[in-house]
Amino acid sequence: MIPAVDYIRILPELVLSIFGIIVMMVDPVLPEQSPKKPLGVIAVIGVLAALAATAYQPGFYGSAFYNTVSVDTFSVFFHVVVLLIALVVILISFEYLDVQRIRSGEYYALVLFGTVGMMLMSAAVELVLIFIALEISSISTYILAGMRRRAAESAEASLKYFLLGSFATAFFLYGVALIFGATGTTNVYGIAHYFQTQQASVLAYLAVGLMFVGLGFKVASAPFHVWTPDVYEGSPAPVVALMSTGPKAAAFAVLLRVLFATGAPGWFWMVWVSAALSMTLGNIGALVQQNVKRLLAYSSIAHAGYLLVAFAAAKQVGISAAIFYAASYAAMNVGAFAVIGHFASEGEKYVTLDDYAGLGRRSPLLAATLTIFLLSLIGIPVTGGFFAKFYVFSAALQSNLVGLTIIGVINSAIAAYYYLRVIVYMYMRDERVEAPVARIPAGLGVGLAISLVATIYLGVMPGRVLDYAIQSAQDLLK
Amino acid sequence: MTEIGTLHYLVVAAALFIIGTIGVLTRRNVVIILMSIELILNAVNLNLVAFSRLYGLHGQVFAIFVITDAAAEAAVGLGIIIAFFRNKETVNVDEVDLLKW
Amino acid sequence: MSMHLWIIPLLPLAGAAVNGLLGKRFPRALVNAIALGFTAAPFAMALWVAAQFAGLSPDQIPHIERYATWLSAGAFSAEYGMYLDQLSVIMMLVVTGVGFLIHVYSVGYMEHEGGYYRYFAYLNIFMFFMLTLVLANNYLLMFVGWEGVGLASYLLIGFWFLKKSAADAGKKAFITNRVGDFGFLIALFLLIKHFGTLQYDSLWPLISRYPVETGAAGLLTAIGLLMLVGATGKSAQIPLYVWLPDAMEGPTPVSALIHAATMVTAGVYMVARSHLVFNRAPDAQMAVAVIGTLTAIFAASIGIVQTDIKKVLAYSTISQLGYMFMACGVLDYVGGIFHLMTHAFFKALLFLAAGSVIHGLGGEQDMRHMGGLRKYLPYTFWSMTIATFAIAGLPPFAGFFSKDRILWSAWSSGYHVLWLVGVITAGMTSFYMFRLWFLTFFGKYRGPNPETVAHGHDADAQHAGHTGAVQDAKDAHAAAGSHGHRSPHESPWVMVVPLMILALLSLVGGWAGVPHSLHGSDRFGTFLSPAFNEASATPGAAAATPAEAKPESEDNSTELAFSSISVGLAALGFLAAWWLYYKRPELPERMAKAAGGLYTLLLDKYKIDELYGAVIIQPLILLSTNVFWKGIDQGLIDRAVDGSATDAREASDAMRHMQSGNIRSYAGWVAVGAAAVIAFMVWRGVR
Repeated sequence: MIPAVDYIRILPELVLSIFGIIVMMVDPVLPEQSPKKPLGVIAVIGVLAALAATAYQPGFYGSAFYNTVSVDTFSVFFHVVVLLIALVVILISFEYLDVQRIRSGEYYALVLFGTVGMMLMSAAVELVLIFIALEISSISTYILAGMRRRAAESAEASLKYFLLGSFATAFFLYGVALIFGATGTTNVYGIAHYFQTQQASVLAYLAVGLMFVGLGFKVASAPFHVWTPDVYEGSPAPVVALMSTGPKAAAFAVLLRVLFATGAPGWFWMVWVSAALSMTLGNIGALVQQNVKRLLAYSSIAHAGYLLVAFAAAKQVGISAAIFYAASYAAMNVGAFAVIGHFASEGEKYVTLDDYAGLGRRSPLLAATLTIFLLSLIGIPVTGGFFAKFYVFSAALQSNLVGLTIIGVINSAIAAYYYLRVIVYMYMRDERVEAPVARIPAGLGVGLAISLVATIYLGVMPGRVLDYAIQSAQDLLK
Repeated sequence: MTEIGTLHYLVVAAALFIIGTIGVLTRRNVVIILMSIELILNAVNLNLVAFSRLYGLHGQVFAIFVITDAAAEAAVGLGIIIAFFRNKETVNVDEVDLLKW
Repeated sequence: MSMHLWIIPLLPLAGAAVNGLLGKRFPRALVNAIALGFTAAPFAMALWVAAQFAGLSPDQIPHIERYATWLSAGAFSAEYGMYLDQLSVIMMLVVTGVGFLIHVYSVGYMEHEGGYYRYFAYLNIFMFFMLTLVLANNYLLMFVGWEGVGLASYLLIGFWFLKKSAADAGKKAFITNRVGDFGFLIALFLLIKHFGTLQYDSLWPLISRYPVETGAAGLLTAIGLLMLVGATGKSAQIPLYVWLPDAMEGPTPVSALIHAATMVTAGVYMVARSHLVFNRAPDAQMAVAVIGTLTAIFAASIGIVQTDIKKVLAYSTISQLGYMFMACGVLDYVGGIFHLMTHAFFKALLFLAAGSVIHGLGGEQDMRHMGGLRKYLPYTFWSMTIATFAIAGLPPFAGFFSKDRILWSAWSSGYHVLWLVGVITAGMTSFYMFRLWFLTFFGKYRGPNPETVAHGHDADAQHAGHTGAVQDAKDAHAAAGSHGHRSPHESPWVMVVPLMILALLSLVGGWAGVPHSLHGSDRFGTFLSPAFNEASATPGAAAATPAEAKPESEDNSTELAFSSISVGLAALGFLAAWWLYYKRPELPERMAKAAGGLYTLLLDKYKIDELYGAVIIQPLILLSTNVFWKGIDQGLIDRAVDGSATDAREASDAMRHMQSGNIRSYAGWVAVGAAAVIAFMVWRGVR
């Protein structure tokens, strides 16, 4: 018999799934020619309801459904992050979908379902459920990547993402199967118990490695990052906003649960090398990019590297740094892609640096907003990006990761160059093309405001969020 | 003649895994790549079922989930391939090259 | 008692917000009023605070105000708070005072520019960050100011952003600074790691417990050296000084504010603020002294041959900052800050006066086209004269007292070589400054015929003048110029008055620190030295220990002798400049020919920029283009032209470049990565 409280523990997921189904059911009912905004509104309401449900959860910490789901500060923190990402993504999609003529029904439903998957990923403590959640979020994003169906780039992005994604998932699954073989259980706590009490076998080591391959792909860390630039370039901008932050945060949560919280052996040098490679390849790759989406794709690889630095730092301080980083990266990156998506206009025509020339004069507000997000990505104080980096490197040094800290710090210095290049183009170049800038619609305005406030808030008053991050890390270590 | 033990299953699974991986790396037809990925998933299933002999039904249940997921993935994958085919009139992965560098 | 110090930095921020957001619609007068009002107010308040501070008893110093917890992560926490001791009082007064004067001057100087409101908004933002830096009560907040001034200076240097060189200079300044910033940041990480805090008041007692790291270099040496890396970036010392000369692309008042009086002194301030660290790390302290001294002479030698009036001042700034580092390095922090203050006066004056010259000549910056200007620009001439005498270190001007104090400290603490280099540099300083003075104000006017002088307001505006707003401004001005800009002319009073005030300060500013050897009372030293007292680390303890008793009297005569040496060299510099650039102006050219290679090397600034370009920047770009090929142009476009490209190229691309776009090669990367992981994990597992 399943106790009623168990349903509260998955209430946000339930709520969001129901709203996803409602969106799908309302879609055909709406008259053919009528605007599809109502669907977006339903989706927004769904996300808000799920947020409310999440807010309700802290009274009901514990595990549910035969120990497959665990609700704790950690899961609640990631729920909130992922839901806020989804909220902003849906808000910025209102206008975008009309401009690009994308079918709204499937789009919103898939965003909601994908979000359900990401939330489950952060809460699941059973590998079966983790795997299913991972697939829910992945398959949704595979389809979302190809939503601009008339554009060959979008279809190609979708195909690439799908083929490589399922390839990587297969590695993850193989690892899961081996860990089952090594430990006799697929429950995270059971695995943790095994690692604490017994000498890990070769099979266990192998399993940990293979799971890292699969998850490393999802967080876009080197050398499993190769898909990122292509997929981000081809996918619709709001979808990139979602998939560069949501699944990344969620996959990171899984990484923390299955690698770190279980006390799995042998991952340290793997993560170390991957972090160093990601930072370096990401930043160097970004230096010569002309396409802004592609540039930010490389930057996202680099940021995955910073996240892994925090992960390698381990201990409570490293993990809380990583959690905080995931949140603040989400805030600034979603915002940046929101601006890019709006500015790209019909058919995503305007996405190269040359198109951004003179944006500062054509649309001061949009340019200023993007500038703040970029400054945050560089890591300038009083933005979330600064504190995120500050904690990460501070944690790394406290764990005596001197080499990684130096590599990271050098990389951050290099990174300033290409972010700055975008700003230079916006403010300091003559406009060569007359790329029109549409008025900022309400949905985008609200979405941008949320990301902006979050970015600044995390820089000026990071205390609260950081407390939660620390609390989450403690929960994870219990 | 010895009895077929768990290890035998594992070796077959590993072979399937490697065949699948090589298939992904060498075949050019998208559909065959998809099938190669399915092959890897089947290797996983074989593993899970084999380990089930040691640890109980767990693994078999997991295998059923994997099969279900593979079906969903194949459905979505074929849809994506069709969408791609409409744009480029090809299913050769070597011609998937708009996005690079 | 709270003095509400937080108001001081926030006032300029408010001004920036009002001007930045609404200034576009405001009339100029209103923009002026806001910009000046919100900088005058903090100056007034700083004066009030200083008065209050004087009334504090020693055990109330440092005066610390805490407003809110910024963040607390476990044991580590930082707060929004302000820290007021003798050091920050002086810095606060210099920043607000000089800053205000430069704002006033800017009203005249920038009169004809487009983006007027934007300029003042940036200037005010800069003031905000600088005051945050100076007044913060912990390193993290200081770092916010530290990064912030870098950002603001990027905006200000690149103000004429339509000009490529200005935009590039801004970028260069920003990135060079960031290299330094990361040194500083790592120093902060180390502090957190070992002391668990960045709050000054909790940090000082912890550091005080450490012994001096003689012999083996330890933690504090590492921290000190990393801080030095940060300071070399911000204060333009070797090897990170390269951004400052380029930064002269910005408007001249910006150079005066940022690159003379305030931002560049942040490094000196930081070293002085961290004196407890440096006191315990002889190696780091030695490095500070050596880098400072080397920079001083290195930059001075470049300054000798520059012909652009602002470039001369830029190198002289670098050189003077070197003196300040030298002072800190020989543990005479008071001397360093003293020179920082007098330098703020006379260097701001020099820049503003140079700006006045440039303004009067319609944008000419090349000294070879000046000359004889003392007739046309009398006020500018006289203020420039005072400033030149001050920087040359001739008594009784301000620079004499501060520079002499530093040189004497270097000698008396046993660094005789540093002293020697310092004294030689003093002679060179005097030479190149008087060279500038003679070239600009004496002899015949070498510019174009006054009747045909271009009307353009300013070189800066001229090269910026190819688009909308700026073009309008220029046109408007060209019309206005018909009655004013025909020949070199004196600047309007809004520009002249700040010059005169600064001239006064350059004259009397040093008198606060007349040394005992000259029968002065060294009030400056008496006031400031408690801040660098070891015991002042803990509040209240300062009262218990009297200020360090300085060895007096017996040294007086030696000190005087040394003073006369440096004054003598300064006078020699004057004479040489007089001989070469006034009496026999044809000589320098012949000498330059005779010197040949050396002269070219100096003129090319030792080719350091080229070296950095070849060693650091080029490889990065090459790596990026070669590893990731050429991006869109050679990718998409080339492919489209080629149609179906050959398989061979594709294969080689796949081999050579990670991002070939080919799914199978991507899968290959994933598989290779996985294979590496598997191999590693099996190895780990078996072991």
